[in-house]
Amino acid sequence: MSDIPDRVRKIVVEHLGVEEDKVTESASFIDDLGADSLDTVELVMAFEEEFGIEIPDDAAETIQTFGDAVKFIKEAS
Amino acid sequence: MFDLTGKSALITGASGGIGGAIAKALHGAGATVALSGTREAPLQALAEELGSRAHVLPCDLGDAEAVTALPKRAAEAMGAVDILVNNAGITRDNLFMRMSEDEWQQVLDVNLTANFRLCKAVLRGMMKARWGRIVNISSIVGATGNPGQGNYAAAKAGLVGMTKSLAYEVASRGITANAVAPGFIETAMTDKLNDEQKAAIMAQIPAGRMGHAEEIAAAVLYLASPEAAYVTGATLHVNGGMAML
Repeated sequence: MSDIPDRVRKIVVEHLGVEEDKVTESASFIDDLGADSLDTVELVMAFEEEFGIEIPDDAAETIQTFGDAVKFIKEAS
Repeated sequence: MFDLTGKSALITGASGGIGGAIAKALHGAGATVALSGTREAPLQALAEELGSRAHVLPCDLGDAEAVTALPKRAAEAMGAVDILVNNAGITRDNLFMRMSEDEWQQVLDVNLTANFRLCKAVLRGMMKARWGRIVNISSIVGATGNPGQGNYAAAKAGLVGMTKSLAYEVASRGITANAVAPGFIETAMTDKLNDEQKAAIMAQIPAGRMGHAEEIAAAVLYLASPEAAYVTGATLHVNGGMAML
């Protein structure tokens, strides 16, 4: 449970090729981390796999920041 | 050239003339194939003819749930779906003024909406693999129109727009989406035409003959191949010069 932020951060860093310290709580995938809309779809796919959860399309659209992702995954897993 | 060894292909409408030829061409290039269609017997016969690397997955494309489940069944049978060929299609011809809502809807459901659902469902695996080939079988009628086929032409033209939009979205991930638009091809469907109808069609075809299913299959094989990686959003017209688009 407590390692969720680290695991999410690792996926984001690997997928978007950004520095770890840029991935802050409020960092927006698109505005701050250089993701395009397709990258965000792929991030959600990667989260689903890493945590064995299903993120429906309407929920996926609300995950805009690193913080959003961690919060959603904590609640779902 | 055009080696598909290790690739897995899902082909809809594989019980028909063109679908069967496509399955044979991809299989002949080394692909594992999943043969889908509504009639199981011809699919089984084709699978037996192909021998190994062939799976039979009957599916009614008018059934939304069955359509959504099809790519999953194909991936379970083959390990992945690297190539999707949306070939299945139906006709419910009628004059525009007589066409019922039902005739319109059935053709749109099977020829367009089912293709959307299948494309959507295979993308996830292709995105992860950073490789994928989607080939949608359109028709010359989608570009030229045809009396009595308002529904069919709309679906086939819609397929081209859908294919281009999809091609834009996934090009950066190593996935291509293209269409093949056959003209008049010798199949069970065109066998039903009488001599007079055939003669009228021939007069419009510079090549002076109908096409063979294998000639459509060859176009699909090319677009499915690694060599066609830089071709996306295209419509390949295979029509003997009937419409030079």
